[in-house]
Amino acid sequence: MKKWPTYLFILVIFISTACSKENEASYVPTPSPLNIPPLFESLILSPVIPANNPQTIEGIALGKKLFFDPILSIDNSLACANCHAPELAFSDSESISSGVNGTLGSRNAMPLFNLAWNYDELFFWDGKTFSLEHQVFVPVTDPLEMQNTWPVVENKLQQHAEYPELFEKAFGTSKIDSVLVGKAIAQFERSLISANSKFDKYLLGEADLTPEERNGFEVFMDENRGDCFHCHGSDKNPLWTDNIFHNNGLDENFKDLGLGAITGDPADNGKFKTPSLRNLAFTAPYMHDGRFLTLEDVINHYSEGLKNSATIDPLMKKVANGGVNLSDKDKADLKKFLLSLSDYEFVNNSSINK
Amino acid sequence: MNKILATTCLLCMILCSCHKDLDDDVFPTSVTFNFNHSWDDTPVTATDFNSLKFTNAHGELLSISKLRYLISRITFEKPNGEYFTFDDYFLVDLTQENTLSLTPNNTIPPGEYSHVYFTFGFNNEDNYMNYTDLNSASWNVPEMLGGGYHFMQLEGKFIDATNTETGYAYHYIRAVDNTQSPLVFEDTFFTVDIGAVNLSKSTNFNMNMNIAEWFKNPNTWDLNQLNNMLMPNFDAQMMMYQNRQNVFSLESVNPF
Ligand code: HEC
Ligand code: HEC
Repeated sequence: MKKWPTYLFILVIFISTACSKENEASYVPTPSPLNIPPLFESLILSPVIPANNPQTIEGIALGKKLFFDPILSIDNSLACANCHAPELAFSDSESISSGVNGTLGSRNAMPLFNLAWNYDELFFWDGKTFSLEHQVFVPVTDPLEMQNTWPVVENKLQQHAEYPELFEKAFGTSKIDSVLVGKAIAQFERSLISANSKFDKYLLGEADLTPEERNGFEVFMDENRGDCFHCHGSDKNPLWTDNIFHNNGLDENFKDLGLGAITGDPADNGKFKTPSLRNLAFTAPYMHDGRFLTLEDVINHYSEGLKNSATIDPLMKKVANGGVNLSDKDKADLKKFLLSLSDYEFVNNSSINK
Repeated sequence: MNKILATTCLLCMILCSCHKDLDDDVFPTSVTFNFNHSWDDTPVTATDFNSLKFTNAHGELLSISKLRYLISRITFEKPNGEYFTFDDYFLVDLTQENTLSLTPNNTIPPGEYSHVYFTFGFNNEDNYMNYTDLNSASWNVPEMLGGGYHFMQLEGKFIDATNTETGYAYHYIRAVDNTQSPLVFEDTFFTVDIGAVNLSKSTNFNMNMNIAEWFKNPNTWDLNQLNNMLMPNFDAQMMMYQNRQNVFSLESVNPF
C-alpha cells in the first residue's frame, strides 16, 4: 500500500517521457480544418475526411501546386486545371474534354466543389472510383487525358527543384510517390467549397429573391410542375444533388452505359450521377456528354423531351407526353432560380485560383 | 504538473469505467427490430428489385426499384403504464442491408411489458424538427406541403392499361390539402402495436412489411389513376393511410 505513490510516480514519468519523445520524433504539418459553411453545418452531415489524410496548410498548398502544374502529363502540356478551370467552377467549356495532343475523351468534365460532402465517395459520372485519394490516379494515366505513367511522374517530381521540399513539409518525407500525390490533391479538392450563391444568402436572410426566382423555386419544389427536388437537393439539402445515379431520360438507347458498365447490372444502364445545380452559370455545356449547350435546352428536355427506356427513373413522369410540360413563364422562372444557385465569389476566389 | 495531469486522467478513467458498469447493471437488455419484406407470401429483398414480377390487387404487373421508410419512437410500455421510448429514428432502405436491422442506442430494464409499439413515420412533434442525416438523404417534404419529412418512398414501374411500362412513385407523407390557405392537414403517421413481451434478456423482434397490402385493403389501388404526383394529392394520402392496417406483422421474437 505504501509503495503505491512510487508506482504512480514511475508511471507518470514513463507516460510523460513517452509523450515528449513522440513529439520530437514526428513532424506535424499545420492543421487547416475545413471551413464549414453555416448552412451546411446546420442542415447536413459533416464532410468526409479520411483519418489518414487530414487537411493541412502545407498539404493543401502542395495539392494546389500539383493541380495547376502540367508536370503530371506525359509532355508537360496539360494540368488538371486545363479541364477543371477555376473560373468555370473547375469545369471546362467543351462538351467532351480533350486530353494531351487534343485526344478526345468521351465525357464532359465535371465541376469540382463540395466534394467532401459526397458521402458515398463515389466519383466520376459513373461512380467508378471510390474516394478522392484514389480518383487522382485515374486522369494521370488515362490514355484520353494525361497519358502518363506513375514511375515517370514520381521521377519528374523527385528531380524537381521545389517538390521534394514541399512533400517534406506536407508529409514529413521527401520521398515522393503516387499515394502522397493523391493525398495532396485530395486535400486541395476538399478545400474547394461553394456556399455563397444568391440563394444561400436568401436562406441566411441576407438577400431577397425576385418574384421570378421565387416562382422558379416553387416550380422546382412542386410535384405537379418541375418536381426536381427528389434528386437535386432543396432548401434543406444545400448540396443541390443527391449524389445518386439515375437515368433522367436522355436516350432510348445508350451509347454510354454509365453506372451499368461499372456494376454489370443491366438495371443500371444509362444511369449517371446527379450533378449539383450550383454554379450552372459557369459549367455549360450540360449532362455527362455535354449535349445541351444552354439551360433552356435542359429545361425543355425535362418539359417535353424525355425519352423512354427500361431504366428511366420512375420520378421522370408523363414520359408519354415528353415530360412535365411547363408553361413558358414557369420555364423562364425556373431558369432564373437555377442561376440564383451560382456562386460568383467561388469562381473569383483568389486563394483557390492559380 | 505532469503528475497531477496523469493522476487526474487516471482518476477520470477509473470513474468513467465505474459509471458504465453501473449503467449496465440497471439497463441490461438491448432490443433489435429486424425488418423483413414480402409481397404477400413471397419474401422480397433488394435482389428482387427492377424486375416486373409482382401483381397488385388491381391486376397490374409491377416492379420495385426503391423502398425507403421511416420508423421512430420504439416504445416499451409496462402494465402499470410506465413506458420507455427510444429517441432513435431509423430510415430503412432495402438497398442498404445495415438499415434493415434497428438497434436503439439505449437499453431498457428487463421485465413484463404489456405493449411494444413503434411509429411509422414521425408524429407531429418529431416531424417538424431538423435532422441532418435525413436532409442529407433528401428525405424532406417541400415547404409548400407543410415541410417535415417523407414517411415512405416506394417506387418502380408497372404495365399500364395501354401496355406501356410506366413509372410510379408512391410517396407517403402527412396528408395536406394545399388548395386552402392556411394548409389543412390530416395525420397519417401510425403506431404498430406488436403486443406483450416478457423481456428477460436482449431480444430480436422480427417484423414483416407486406408491400402488397399498400395496394389492397380497403382501397384497391389503381396505378393507372394514381402513379405520380401523389404528395400534393390529399385523397391519395388518405387512401395510403387506410391501406396501412395489415401492412406490418410480427413474425417472431427471439431472445439471444
Ligand atoms: C482531359 C481533361 C481532364 C483532365 C486533364 C483532368 N480531368 Fe478530371 N475530369 C475530366 C472528365 C471528363 C471527368 C468526368 C469523367 C468520367 O466521368 O468518366 C472528370 C472527373 C473528375 C473528378 C470527379 C468529380 C466528381 O464529382 O465525381 C475529379 C475529382 C477530377 N476529375 C479531378 C481531376 C484531377 C485531380 C486531375 C489532375 C490530376 C484531373 N481531374 C485532370 C476531365 C479531366
Ligand atoms: C430522377 C432524378 C432527377 C430529377 C427528378 C431531375 N434531375 Fe436533373 N439530372 C439528373 C441526372 C442523373 C443528371 C445527369 C444526367 C446525365 O448527364 O446523364 C441531371 C442533370 C441535370 C442538369 C445538368 C447539370 C450539369 O452540370 O450538367 C440540370 C441543369 C438539371 N439536371 C436540372 C434539373 C431540373 C431543372 C429538374 C426538374 C425539372 C431536374 N433536373 C430533375 C437527375 C434528375
